[in-house]
Amino acid sequence: MIGSASAGLRGIGARVIDGVWKLGAGARFAGEMLARSGTTLRRPRLLLDALHFIGVLSLVIIVVSGLFVGLVLGLQGYETLKRYGSAEALGTLVALSLVRELGPVVSALLFASRAGSAVTARIGIMKSSEQFSAMEIMAVDPRARVLAPMFWAGALSVPLLAAIFSAMGVFGGWLIGVVVIGIDDGAFWSQMQASVDVRADVANGVVKSGVFGVAVMLIALFEGWDAPPTAEGVSYAVTRTVVTSALAILALDFVLTSLMFTGV
Amino acid sequence: MRALLFPRPALSSSDLVELRDVTFAYDTRPILSGIRMRFPRGKVVAIMGGSGCGKTTVLRLIGGQLRATAGSVIVDGVALEGLPGDRLYALRRRMGMLFQFGALFTDLSVFENVAFPMREHLDLPESAIRDLVLLKLEAVGLRGSAALMPSQLSGGMARRVALARAIALDPQLMMYDEPFTGLDPISLGVIAQLIRRLNDALGATSIVVTHDVGASLGIVDHVYITAAGRIVAEGTPAEIRASGDPLVRQFIHGEVDGPVGFHQPAPPLAAQFGFGGRA
Amino acid sequence: MKRATADLAVGFFVTAGLVALLVLALKVGNANTVAAADGYRVTAEFDNIGGLKPRAPVKSAGVVVGRVDAIAFDNRKFVARVTLRLDRSYQFPVDTTASILTSGLLGEQYVGLDGGGEEELLKDGGRLKLTQSAMVLEKMIGRFLSGKAAEGPTAPKE
Repeated sequence: MIGSASAGLRGIGARVIDGVWKLGAGARFAGEMLARSGTTLRRPRLLLDALHFIGVLSLVIIVVSGLFVGLVLGLQGYETLKRYGSAEALGTLVALSLVRELGPVVSALLFASRAGSAVTARIGIMKSSEQFSAMEIMAVDPRARVLAPMFWAGALSVPLLAAIFSAMGVFGGWLIGVVVIGIDDGAFWSQMQASVDVRADVANGVVKSGVFGVAVMLIALFEGWDAPPTAEGVSYAVTRTVVTSALAILALDFVLTSLMFTGV
Repeated sequence: MRALLFPRPALSSSDLVELRDVTFAYDTRPILSGIRMRFPRGKVVAIMGGSGCGKTTVLRLIGGQLRATAGSVIVDGVALEGLPGDRLYALRRRMGMLFQFGALFTDLSVFENVAFPMREHLDLPESAIRDLVLLKLEAVGLRGSAALMPSQLSGGMARRVALARAIALDPQLMMYDEPFTGLDPISLGVIAQLIRRLNDALGATSIVVTHDVGASLGIVDHVYITAAGRIVAEGTPAEIRASGDPLVRQFIHGEVDGPVGFHQPAPPLAAQFGFGGRA
Repeated sequence: MKRATADLAVGFFVTAGLVALLVLALKVGNANTVAAADGYRVTAEFDNIGGLKPRAPVKSAGVVVGRVDAIAFDNRKFVARVTLRLDRSYQFPVDTTASILTSGLLGEQYVGLDGGGEEELLKDGGRLKLTQSAMVLEKMIGRFLSGKAAEGPTAPKE
């Protein structure tokens, strides 16, 4: 009895130490990689290729999901607002929820599962098939040549993807509200414009998605870099990337939201 | 000639690479203990031994990807211990390495793989890079496959492309990590001949890590045989073949049991199965 | 060829992202109304601001002419001091009345300005002396009920 309890405690302790170790290793890895970002600036070609791999390939899922989220928001929002006789506020509801929350959060979650997992898999495979060793022997630092461009491409992509997601969502809300249900077009837009502030809402949403992009890329790159060089190790690392990214996005969202949108 | 070079202590300048009493351990698990090796300029030297005896570790130590726990690794007169990163990178530009499975960049074509080190280190116009890449591919007989992707290559072809990439910058030191593993006899002969020919054409020094006795003894100048992190025998291929040492004989002739036991250390079978009546 | 199509795709992606940002800023947001840094500030004191919030619109004749910049409480006069930031292209006389109004039954509250007749115009840092506080539902009901009580017997019974 006591033996199993102490074994359990030891297990918890080992996990905590493991987590702290990983956090430290991740931070050191991030620092080392960011210190090697110069190559990315000098060679825009690398950034372009990484943008293609990371950003462009996430575009379809973002566009389609943004549209559907907007359609659902339009329907649900209308059903609720109708009860209070203020269906014209649908534009406000759709736009504010997208620009402040859903755009940055959902597009970051989708990005983590589409691009983050792909990054971890590619980094893990390059490592396990000794492609990074080969680069090192060729006197090329893989962190500067492969990882840093991916990081910057991801950090740039997520705000753009979130903006596309929100714009598609507003379009979806407009389709449902104005085209299908028949809310007045002018009221829809003017109420929206009266209540969405460029600095407080749009710019904060962009900042949020930038933070999410940085977090997802750091997690994805570190998991790939740290993965055991086996097929099994890489596949676990991919799963961990998606899970850790999702938790990080939601936790960061809470912190950022409480910093940005309260205390007025 | 060959026999002369090794027995006498060579001047340090005649050795491109030297390992002085090198010990290496992962955490507490010892891999190499007190290894001394010399790799003279212009020669092809093989390091042989069973799987997992630290052969590949020797290459990683020379490439500076691992640091020795004790002892000294000297490449072209420069000790790698405590060498700053930029000097190490400068040294690596003169090295080429062929990895066990080629380690080709899977997202780049054959042409771009070979062009990779040139694009990274040389500021050449595109036409010059094209000529150089095609020359290197010609040297390994794959000029016609420049447009293929690595996934479209057979194992032997991939290894030859990787070889072309490794020699892209005309290295002084070529390292081969298990170059013969998993190849059919024809590809194996091709690679073996390429190793020898390229070494002589480049005027380079080559280190071949392998457990393939037949393919390597025909092309190398000197052999080290390692077991359990130590050198157990060395000499020219002829000396190795003629060796009376039981361990060398076991290795060369592929005998199942000998000084290297078939069984890994374990408690006696009877004891483990509980027949022994152990109190 | 393959590289060119990849570049095209990247170009398309970045353009789409920037256009989306622009749409959010101009069509969804209100970047085209009052530029944040531009304009002049005036203050107004209200006995009660109701649910007025910073960034609420300031309208005159229904047109947005500025935004509520800040709201503070004056602890000596026990009134709310509201700072308004008005668009520089709109000028108002010094005897302009500021009232806190509500758009619709449940809509947000805003500040309405009704121009006066003075020649002199408000300057940066000026003060609006004539103000009308927000309607507070409880006070309105209370006033209505006391009015009824005063009328007393003449009120028809039900």
